[in-house]
Amino acid sequence: MASSAAPRTKAKAKGLDPARADEYRGWLRQMLLIRRFEEKAGEAYSLGKIGGFCHLYIGQEAVAVGSLAALGTDDYITCSYREHGHALARGISAQAVMAELFGKAEGCTGGKGGSMHLFDASLGFLGGHGIVGGHIPLTTGMAFAAKYRGTSQVAVCYFGEAAVNNGAFHEALNMAALWKLPAIYLCENNRYGMGTALERASALYDISERACSYDMANEVVDGQDVLTMNAAMERAVQRARNEKLPTLLEVRTYRFMGHSMSDPIHGHYRTREEVEDQRKRDPISVWSQRLIADGLMDEEAVRAMDKSVLEEVEEAYQFADQAPDPAPEELYTHVYAEGTA
Amino acid sequence: MPTLTYRDALNQALREEMQRDPDVFLMGEEVGVYQGAYKVSRGLLDEFGPMRVVDTPITELGFAGVGVGAAMVGLRPVIEFMTWNFALLAVDQLVNSAAKMRYMSNGQVGVPAVFRGPGGSALQLASQHSQAFESWYAHIPGLKVVMPATPADAKGLLKSAIRDDNPVIFIEGEMLYNVKGDVPEGEHVVPLGRADVKREGNDVTIICHSKTVGVSLKAAEQLAQDGINAEVLDLRTIRPLDTEAVLNSVARTHRCVVVEEGWPFAGIGAQVVDTIQREVFDELDAPVLRVTGADVPMPYNKQLEKAAKADPAKVISAVNQVLYRE
Repeated sequence: MASSAAPRTKAKAKGLDPARADEYRGWLRQMLLIRRFEEKAGEAYSLGKIGGFCHLYIGQEAVAVGSLAALGTDDYITCSYREHGHALARGISAQAVMAELFGKAEGCTGGKGGSMHLFDASLGFLGGHGIVGGHIPLTTGMAFAAKYRGTSQVAVCYFGEAAVNNGAFHEALNMAALWKLPAIYLCENNRYGMGTALERASALYDISERACSYDMANEVVDGQDVLTMNAAMERAVQRARNEKLPTLLEVRTYRFMGHSMSDPIHGHYRTREEVEDQRKRDPISVWSQRLIADGLMDEEAVRAMDKSVLEEVEEAYQFADQAPDPAPEELYTHVYAEGTA
Repeated sequence: MPTLTYRDALNQALREEMQRDPDVFLMGEEVGVYQGAYKVSRGLLDEFGPMRVVDTPITELGFAGVGVGAAMVGLRPVIEFMTWNFALLAVDQLVNSAAKMRYMSNGQVGVPAVFRGPGGSALQLASQHSQAFESWYAHIPGLKVVMPATPADAKGLLKSAIRDDNPVIFIEGEMLYNVKGDVPEGEHVVPLGRADVKREGNDVTIICHSKTVGVSLKAAEQLAQDGINAEVLDLRTIRPLDTEAVLNSVARTHRCVVVEEGWPFAGIGAQVVDTIQREVFDELDAPVLRVTGADVPMPYNKQLEKAAKADPAKVISAVNQVLYRE
């Protein structure tokens, strides 16, 4: 079994830039927030406070945090249904996300979307989408709109490696390359589409090579190192914003939990040993150790940060638990634009 | 008033709306250089350029999704399917993305897009190219479904569809493109959701849409020679259905036949009949009958194809049955 993280690009071994210290510490805090949030969401799911499907992001935090840090406030983002982490990293509050998981009126989509359909249009966060690969053409359309209007916006699509075997992926990337659109297709290769390993689903192991079919720039990225992720994303953003060209990033990462809350962490499709081996490259440990080694934080500061994150998550939980359900009449709102049905 | 073909009326609507609003663009297969598979987009590439009249690869799922994505961030795409038969590949984008985006996002993100192209059968195109899918789309909350029967309605309804803030499924009649009729110049807008009485009558209401409006009008002419005065009500918009117009007419004539091109099971007529029996049951003097396409894939053979289609003779027979003359 190949390692999930086999990067061609590595952050240079030189010391971290002290001028970016606040930003670097912020990344750790965001990753901790996602981790603690997801742990709490898993707990709430077990208590029956969250229903339906709930796909946790634990293990992949550096991907969302490192990549979203490279975007501007006007850029467009779409995600798959494993998008709690992206929503938090983009700036939707833990309260609004947790309340949405609880299906409450104060949730970021008023309790109508749930775990798989988080939105905040004011942040350009245009959805968690529930059909594998279905949102990839949407992102091509958003990039088309940026070109149409002559803006410098970039559209980014997050999807799992299982989506690349879907026709929507091919159609969307072909058009983006054909029309030279400012799109970034960020494939989070966590190696399993639910319980099917990449090598059992794709004739080609290196997903980045699929970009060759479209004459599209591509890169393989170590998704467990937030700095490496950020640097690769900055290159892709630059290409999109300045050269108006799309990029396919294959980001190698690993999901520490089951596919969804109702699935086992290991079992028929992967071994306990494999999961334990992958956990040794926990993106949060990788980054906190780097910050400590470079003298930007100490152990105590990391512990204090974790404590404040735990408090924020606990507040979000309490907020969500106490928030009201949507009013019954909300059932029929927003089916059509107001006054047009 | 100028006389235009249905095709040119659609072209006029597109041109006028693209002149009026720079956010409106046309995208689809062969819409630009080729001037449209059915020439609906003739001349538009020259006038508006390749950024607003966009030729796509044969990739219905992909470019339907591009349209939805562009609409999500405020453009007003008109996505042309060469035919609605090919749009089956795009149903995921129409149903899962376009129709639900506003609801899932709790009103934050709408999809003001029109998806248009010819539907239904033409002549001897066989099973995969002769299908009427309006009942599929009309089933989906969040979509509107519009089907003009005349050149004037084609222009006025397309303009309304483009201005509407919801995703609109706009199904044209492949056999209607050459039909001529009077079309008002300039700002001619027909509101969505309003049926239209195409022929007034008191003895029976024939409810129809798109191509079957012509079929029903022919049937009504022949019935008139027989002393039967049929009202022909063109739904024009399938969803939202103009329930009021349907009920008013049926309450007056007390007899009704619903005609459609599509298959009978769970068709548009089934929905119309349900509405009638719930709302004006006591007004009915006979059970409502339906005339539909035959419940089979469309055959190629000319005679078999003719037998499969709704035609004036079948409508006349149904009318005679609801009048207890048969």
